[in-house]
Amino acid sequence: MKPEEVLINCGEMFHLISNYVDDAVDPALRARMEKHFRTCRHCTAVLDGTRNVIRLVGDDQTFEVPASFSKKLYAKLDEYLKATQK
Amino acid sequence: MKTLEIPRPTELNLVERVLAGDHAAFYDLIRPYERMVFRTAVSVLNNEADAEEVAQEAVLKAFKNLASFRREAKFSTWLVQITLNEARMRLRKYRAGLYESLDAGQESDDGDYIPKDYADWREIPSEALAKTELRQALAKALQTLAPMYREILVLRDMEQLSTAEAAEALGISEASAKTRLSRARLMMRDALAPGYDGAWSSGEGYKKVRPF
Repeated sequence: MKPEEVLINCGEMFHLISNYVDDAVDPALRARMEKHFRTCRHCTAVLDGTRNVIRLVGDDQTFEVPASFSKKLYAKLDEYLKATQK
Repeated sequence: MKTLEIPRPTELNLVERVLAGDHAAFYDLIRPYERMVFRTAVSVLNNEADAEEVAQEAVLKAFKNLASFRREAKFSTWLVQITLNEARMRLRKYRAGLYESLDAGQESDDGDYIPKDYADWREIPSEALAKTELRQALAKALQTLAPMYREILVLRDMEQLSTAEAAEALGISEASAKTRLSRARLMMRDALAPGYDGAWSSGEGYKKVRPF
């Protein structure tokens, strides 16, 4: 048996899925993980869910910044700059 | 990439202009990052009203300390660092008089995290994103994370910092950043996947799904 064919268990997979999604696992490990995904519905579900979390958290529609935030920020900045420029 | 990427020479050029006395250039320097500053503050404080104030303080601090910005550093990472510091100072003020330190009560970031549930969560219909239920569930899930997990998740997955940049801003190792991020993502999945049975798009409410 070649070393890359050593099986990975689900516990190890849960630890690695985040790095896998970030493309931060080496090719040999990636191949072993892909083999595991092909036969494990649990890990595939965790993988899909992790990707969905990343997509949702990264979506600009998901977390709104209060509409007045920008205005108040620049008002504060104006005020400070005016005071220092005297 | 969600964050507007300004070519480096332009950004450095803006820094030079501000330092040379052109204060108006500071507005152009900050504008692409204003949302990032706010959301970073929320990740620490878990409160929008405080985060607004802290974001303002952080931006003023960035202006006052611009001369100390190292040209080889990334402006966004520097700004995130200032924001995290300001937010933590605010938190410390609130906790003054209490016995617990900032890190007390936080879970250690080693040890395994086992998903609670293997609900299938394959696709997000794009219309589901527009649903209030999903947005509320996401906000709630994020609010219930311990700060160490919320911070890394916001910096990496919301603000799209690289692992190295996020680790630098948080003052932790890259290995630690990866472990925390992994946990944060798994906990978010646990919080959201079981509800994802069409409830977000059908409006039928929450149902647990355990297909296995």
